[in-house]
Amino acid sequence: MQATFVVHVEDRPGVLNRVSSLVRRRGYNIESLTVGRTETPGLSRMTIVVDTDESAVARLHANLDKLVNVRRVEDVTSAASVVRDLAMIKVTATAETRSQIMQLADVFRARVVDVAPDSLVIEITGTEDKVDGLLEMLRPYGVLEMARTGRVAMVRGAGSRTTNGDARDVEASGEAIAYSV
Amino acid sequence: MKRTGAAILWECLVREGVTDIFGYPGGAILPAYDAMLDFPIRHILVRHEQGATHMADGYARATGKVGVAIATSGPGATNMVTGIATAMMDSSPIVCITGQVGSRLIGSDAFQETDITGITLPITKHNYLVTRADDVAPAVREAFHIARSGRPGPVLVDITKDAQQTSCEFDWEAAAPRPHRPEPPPPGKAATVNALELIRSARKPLIFAGHGILLGDASEELRAFVDRTGIPVAMTLLGIGALPASHPLNLGMMGMHGEAWVNTAIQEADLLIALGMRFDDRVTGNLKTYARNAKKIHVDIDAAEINKNVVADVGIVGDLQTVLRAWLPELRRTDLSDWLARINELKGDSAVRDIQNLPDNGRLYAAHVIHDLWRTTGGEAIVVTDVGQHQMWEAQYYHHDRPRSLITSGGLGTMGFALPAAIGAKVGRPDAEVWVVVGDGGFQMTMAELATIAQEQIDINIAIINNGYLGMVRQWQEFFYERRYAATPLLNPDFAKLAGAFGIRAETIRTRAAVVPAAKAARKYRGTVLLDFRVEQEDTVYPMVPAGADLHNMIRRPNPIVETAESA
Repeated sequence: MQATFVVHVEDRPGVLNRVSSLVRRRGYNIESLTVGRTETPGLSRMTIVVDTDESAVARLHANLDKLVNVRRVEDVTSAASVVRDLAMIKVTATAETRSQIMQLADVFRARVVDVAPDSLVIEITGTEDKVDGLLEMLRPYGVLEMARTGRVAMVRGAGSRTTNGDARDVEASGEAIAYSV
Repeated sequence: MKRTGAAILWECLVREGVTDIFGYPGGAILPAYDAMLDFPIRHILVRHEQGATHMADGYARATGKVGVAIATSGPGATNMVTGIATAMMDSSPIVCITGQVGSRLIGSDAFQETDITGITLPITKHNYLVTRADDVAPAVREAFHIARSGRPGPVLVDITKDAQQTSCEFDWEAAAPRPHRPEPPPPGKAATVNALELIRSARKPLIFAGHGILLGDASEELRAFVDRTGIPVAMTLLGIGALPASHPLNLGMMGMHGEAWVNTAIQEADLLIALGMRFDDRVTGNLKTYARNAKKIHVDIDAAEINKNVVADVGIVGDLQTVLRAWLPELRRTDLSDWLARINELKGDSAVRDIQNLPDNGRLYAAHVIHDLWRTTGGEAIVVTDVGQHQMWEAQYYHHDRPRSLITSGGLGTMGFALPAAIGAKVGRPDAEVWVVVGDGGFQMTMAELATIAQEQIDINIAIINNGYLGMVRQWQEFFYERRYAATPLLNPDFAKLAGAFGIRAETIRTRAAVVPAAKAARKYRGTVLLDFRVEQEDTVYPMVPAGADLHNMIRRPNPIVETAESA
């Protein structure tokens, strides 16, 4: 199964290394890892996707929790959450195919962000399935390059606190996660 | 008033309660060494930085306080790696201070530069690279907090040379460690109710006492729990001493070289109450066939240990003192007479005890030596063992009645641990009688520390169980590699002469009759004595659960030797 963790960490040198090293050392395979700033200065947020079995998920959670620079770990695998992936796809486009490709992008609610005489760059945001779907449709035209962020995730509703929250608050509020669209 | 980073380092160490430190100077740590002379600290000069870390580890295990080691950058720091990994595996609280090249030189492959925080990242609980004098106090204070809180472990603080040399304001209060992790919440009611219900209804329960009992200072609580419930106790190697060996319900050690009756009882038990242990593969054997009839209650302070190797029916994350104190008033003695009778029956067929009192047939067995050391010291010594056959024999034949009286490298199995760890134990507990029990192989890995003993006037006793082999490896070759002894016979120096070169008194013992007199003389002598016991060369540790085999399928001593001698 694929498990998704949101890990709130202190923004310090080497923290990414500590987290990725832990995952590697315990024998898990990282499917994707994104990291970026949060609304709180000094704190960063990682979304980590690992491929593993269910019992190992709880152990990885506990091990991540032990890292000193980790403030909070959320396992959002089964929580109602918004999950997004951003991709930029550079595809070959000739005078004949350009409008077809732009129509496809439209269907997927993707945006054309660069137009060149022989190529287009399309930016798409969505679930991984949606990104994969567009990618498959574009392949016949000739995909030249792709850059993807990997998964970022956020629990829906007010269930999850701000990044500053205490670890115990999250567990307590875990049951009260509201589903909203 | 402004102070240098080096002075702040020592000021913090002194305020953290440090009185002794084990180390070796060098270029990048020189400012700290210079400042050390102004502080009330005893520095033990080691002969190799690995020794410094094992000494800090032995100090920590003997006293329960944080042990501290210090070294320079580069090779000084990398030499600490084995000791840090040893402390990590056995949850021993140590703080290692290393010098680092100047902050502007970092990343330039400067002389004696090494990325020690990167190297030790997976084998420390946490580590710090300090590049400014202002960061010295917060890092050191937090390092001590992390080393001793929760599940203890090693912390490394790497301080650049310029951070030691430059000055800043020192503010002890402002440097207080932030609460990085809340204490574990008290165990949930449901888990406690379920655990108590399992304990009350069990007919064949066993308590497992692990290192966590000692680290959590919960020996009293364990004893109260045992006395109240009448449930028998099996020990892990590192749990030895958690309950007195002389306690009638202490069954002895479990696992690969555990007592046969203990391993059999585990396989027959209907409930395991595991306290502060981690179901290591040396304890369980084949997990698929391990304790299949038993429900499991697992209490540990580290949530990552629950359900790691063995799935727990009730898992409780918490401090053992707190958990056991909460259980105690809820428990009554249940009738376990059938179960205890069954265990006694198993004990009767033991092949472990049979060479305990061997007649003196002219041969010297390691079991003789350990047994006689136990009798001679009245079981009161702190015994520090290395890794291998002698370590298992010590665990089987020396009966420890006190917590923290056996110090040994369990998880990492570090040969060379015993001699330096014993020095650390003695420095931490100067009034205690400390014995090293070590093999001829492991002794040679760190025997340079004999010079430390001489220079620092350390008063311990060293018993080398000398069989001329890397005995445990030889034993595996005997059982599993058709006696093809690849690289296990040892050509040893004359250890007594070697000790003489360090000015250390020594004696070579070849007969059973000479064991007790030699041990008595060593105890009486003020100063370290080395005893080289030339024991039976191809003796074997029994019973043995081959790696990965079912716990109940032990290799037993083929020809039990019946004890007859009164003189034994």
